[in-house]
Amino acid sequence: MEVVRAYFRSPAAIVGLFLLLVVIAMAASAGWLFPRDPLALAGRPLVWPFTNPRFPLGTDNSGRDIAAQIFYGARISLLIGGVATVIAVFIGIVIGAVSGYYGGWVDNVLMRITEAFQTLPNFLLLLVLIAVFGSNINTVIIAIGIVSWPAPARLTRAEFLSLRNREFVQAGRTLGLKDLKLIFGEILPNALPPVIVYASVVMAVSILLESALAFLRLSDPNVASWGNLIGLGRDVLRVQWYVSAIPGIAILLTVLAVSLVGQGLNDALNPRLKGR
Amino acid sequence: MRVLSLAGRRLAASIPTLILILVGVFLLLQFAPGDTVDAMMAQMGGGDARTAEDLRRFYGLDLSVSAQLGNYLWRLVRFDLGFSAIYGKPVATVIAERLPATILLMTASLSFAFFFGIILGVIAARGVNRWPDTLISTVGLIFYATPSFWFGLMAIVVFSIYLQWLPAGGLSDITSTATGIWRVLDTARHLVLPTLTLGLIFLAIYLRIMRASMLEVLNLDFVRTARAKGLDETRIITRHVLRNALLPMVTLIGLQAGTMLGGSVVVESVFSLPGLGRLAYESVVQRDLNTLLGIIFVSALLVITVNFIVDLVYARLDPRITTGV
Amino acid sequence: MAPVLTLEGLSVRLPAGADRPHAMKDVSLAIAGNEILCVVGESGSGKSMTANAIMRLLPGGVTIDAGKVLFDGRDLTQLSDADMRAVRGSGIAMIFQEPMTALNPLRTIGDQIGEMFDIHTDLSKQEIAAKVLDLLAEVRIPDPKLAARAYPHELSGGQRQRAMIAMALALDPKVLIADEPTTALDVTTQAQILSLIKDLQKRKGTAVLFITHDFGVVAEIADRVAVMQYGLVVEQGPAVEVLNRPQHAYTRQLIAAVPPLKAPPPRPISSEPILTMRNVSKTFRTGGFLGRGVRVTHAVRDVSLVLPKGGTLGIVGESGSGKSTLARCIIRLIDPDTGSLVLNGKDLAKLSREQMRQETRHIQMVFQDPYGSLNPRRKAGELVAQGPIVHGMDRAAALAKAKELFGLVGLDPASTDRYPHEFSGGQRQRIGLARALALEPEVLVADEAVSALDVSVQAQVLRLLADLRERLGLSIVFITHDLRVAAQVCDLVAVMKSGEVVEAGPIGEVFGNPQHAYTQALLASIPGREFGLSRDAALA
Repeated sequence: MEVVRAYFRSPAAIVGLFLLLVVIAMAASAGWLFPRDPLALAGRPLVWPFTNPRFPLGTDNSGRDIAAQIFYGARISLLIGGVATVIAVFIGIVIGAVSGYYGGWVDNVLMRITEAFQTLPNFLLLLVLIAVFGSNINTVIIAIGIVSWPAPARLTRAEFLSLRNREFVQAGRTLGLKDLKLIFGEILPNALPPVIVYASVVMAVSILLESALAFLRLSDPNVASWGNLIGLGRDVLRVQWYVSAIPGIAILLTVLAVSLVGQGLNDALNPRLKGR
Repeated sequence: MRVLSLAGRRLAASIPTLILILVGVFLLLQFAPGDTVDAMMAQMGGGDARTAEDLRRFYGLDLSVSAQLGNYLWRLVRFDLGFSAIYGKPVATVIAERLPATILLMTASLSFAFFFGIILGVIAARGVNRWPDTLISTVGLIFYATPSFWFGLMAIVVFSIYLQWLPAGGLSDITSTATGIWRVLDTARHLVLPTLTLGLIFLAIYLRIMRASMLEVLNLDFVRTARAKGLDETRIITRHVLRNALLPMVTLIGLQAGTMLGGSVVVESVFSLPGLGRLAYESVVQRDLNTLLGIIFVSALLVITVNFIVDLVYARLDPRITTGV
Repeated sequence: MAPVLTLEGLSVRLPAGADRPHAMKDVSLAIAGNEILCVVGESGSGKSMTANAIMRLLPGGVTIDAGKVLFDGRDLTQLSDADMRAVRGSGIAMIFQEPMTALNPLRTIGDQIGEMFDIHTDLSKQEIAAKVLDLLAEVRIPDPKLAARAYPHELSGGQRQRAMIAMALALDPKVLIADEPTTALDVTTQAQILSLIKDLQKRKGTAVLFITHDFGVVAEIADRVAVMQYGLVVEQGPAVEVLNRPQHAYTRQLIAAVPPLKAPPPRPISSEPILTMRNVSKTFRTGGFLGRGVRVTHAVRDVSLVLPKGGTLGIVGESGSGKSTLARCIIRLIDPDTGSLVLNGKDLAKLSREQMRQETRHIQMVFQDPYGSLNPRRKAGELVAQGPIVHGMDRAAALAKAKELFGLVGLDPASTDRYPHEFSGGQRQRIGLARALALEPEVLVADEAVSALDVSVQAQVLRLLADLRERLGLSIVFITHDLRVAAQVCDLVAVMKSGEVVEAGPIGEVFGNPQHAYTQALLASIPGREFGLSRDAALA
């Protein structure tokens, strides 16, 4: 409760939460507001926004409703952001916890692997994964999750390293607690807050990664993704720049919302940073 | 000397990492649907099975996976990256042609992001929770949330199409025959938008880290000592806080080198720059797996090199490193 | 003698939401040249805030809202920022508690001392360098040239504090404010630094405002004393007066809480051993990856000690002596390299991890840090019940037992539902004790269990421990750096230095007639030793 109150003390955090709720509302109402397939031909191509009440945000180069694509795109972005983040944070926590708790050669091996993932540019690895496994939306989501786990793993490991020698953990050990209980019962709850905050960064990056893939036409072409639309609009950029501009703003606001919520959570969970 | 040997050991320790990456990606690529020969046949407009078989034998693709991997690693030791069937040249040559543009772009973006990140971070930290801080932090958040390719496109619309101030793509004007200083200026003009586009998100990250780092250092005991000595705020910042606050920034460069290289794929595609990133994209689309593997090798080397330099700089900044405390 | 620095009715306001409106209220003090005024009080008394208020180095949101600070005929509270900066360092200088963090880690000692001249004088580079070397020699740093070029991490704690003192005295300030300057140091180093401060003060005629929580230090160094409690000065006067004839009840209570150095008459202890350590050794190797220089630390070397049933064995030593490592070896938080630890006929050193988990019910530990040793995310009752639950008791019974134990250690049994942060430091230490006792161990290992507590709280916890020892028949291994505390609770004592036990025996003998040179040095270094002995004589 204290955390909730602290959260709502920051105007930026409130704005972030509001924006996020708007995006969620768009995703939820897409099917109801636009019952037709958003990727189906709807009217004349390249109708400018605010000129035809049937298409408030205009149409793209193949005559599809931009507004409908924006609303359905919110679903895709949230899906990718959510699922990829869960995958990345889960892998990260498990590897980071094991590595930080046991140390020694286990840590050495796991950190070598993490280092390998960080040395390889993650977008390149993403390209390789897409090249190998195809650009179906599920593959894309899993691939983004797989390239994003090293940072949460390092963070979890750092937290574990500093917590594992704290006296309350040692006390748990002298009571006879087993390793698994110490890891998940004693250390993890204390290590979790910064990792949860960091999850917002992973989510923001995941959304950006998918949009970049889609822009390069390497994501799933059969879903209404904001990145796809920007890539499409590139062909008519000279005059009908709005086709690219509108979905870009949607991405920007969504990522901004996620970041603001993350920062608000951080300030609420670490109150010592405030008021100085 | 201790600095060098320390960084040298870090460098040696990255060899297993490199091997891990190469073996991992090599095995991963075995799952790819279709191989280089398929891609070549497609480019030649089809062909019979006999030709394909001969080609496979020629490129050693008929061997077992482990034998192929062994061959590949053995060739790598001799700096032979293999042959690109698509470009009809050795992969090393293709990459060498594309590398300068990427290194130029990365250096420019990094310098831009690092320099302005420090300045904005310091200004924000000095006016913490007042309007300069709020403004800078908000702008930083917006930059962070902006997809770089979209920013690039919008910059092209504004600066190249409407205002016609800057070129929309390429590394130099094909029609110009300028030499010497004019050529350099021409290239610089072409690099302005790509640099801003790639550097934007890093600027946002650096200014946020710099701000946080400054605030943290400002809270340390030795800053109180400096105040008790009678130093004014400006001298406290320049003499005591800045160098300490820079340490996490320097570390960050090493950690983000890979991300930046990844970002160049998109930016080079937006601005049609002949760089490594676009080559990576093209080789994925054309299924030129040999080239792709070569790019991965070179990228990893690049990241390792950046980290080596970062280690050297860090050791110069922090005397605690060399005495091993 | 006319006062150099005078505080007149100084009040410092805390921001809204703090535990009290004023950090210090209506504080009036005067320090004459050539005298040491000790401001003494427990944590939260406002003593450090006094120092910060004089220097106008208050944390954000904290303001001076009344009173004057008169120095050199001016009121410091009214000076402009620039004028105040000119006073800092040259007129009033300051040294701090943590010499490690108080120095910039990235700049050399010489550079940081030289900065004093750089900002306040027009001396040339060469003149400054020469002055720095003189200063370092004056504070008796072994090799001034080397020290000037060294970075803070290359010096020992004592040398760093000497460098801080050199820096503070660079411009011959009229007033030196020392904020707990020896608290982070070992007792032998502390003695050296105290004598250095006193010596320099005499020679230069500096007025010193010395802030401390330790009455031993007060007795050692003070000319005059001011006692603070809850932001008020409750008593001040000449040191001899305040120490020997304290007027205020709080002062009397504080002085009484300082444990006397002389051990009470020996208790009869059983000759039957419960825990026998034989030739225990532990060596740490750091680094060593890919042929990097391996550093070897012999943390514990060939230690053999016996803990008799129902007795208390004190292990004393300075930091780095290996006493904490030994404690962790006994309870197998660290695996000893060689040797045996026989508890009730079982050698703990030979047990597997799983067997040791079973054995923990016989031997338990109480930790030092009352903040760090309790998981902040568990309720106090749960923390105490955790041990019995692990060892097979059902949850309801374990929680009921926790309530019972709360009563035993003097806590309200109704408070088992609260979280650790809702308790005070002393109360948390009681929770830690209850947690250890929940498994009904025969042996308790207490690692600096009272070191982080204020003296009055410390005295209560020590009394509780002595009482429990009698009632439950506990045998205790008591690790401490504080010889006064050891003298009060231990039957036997072992003095450790660099991993080795240099002297061991009944506490009365060891402290009364130390044989080893190191033990003698340790005992001689205890601040306020004479005062302690004369008071002990008076009490006897």
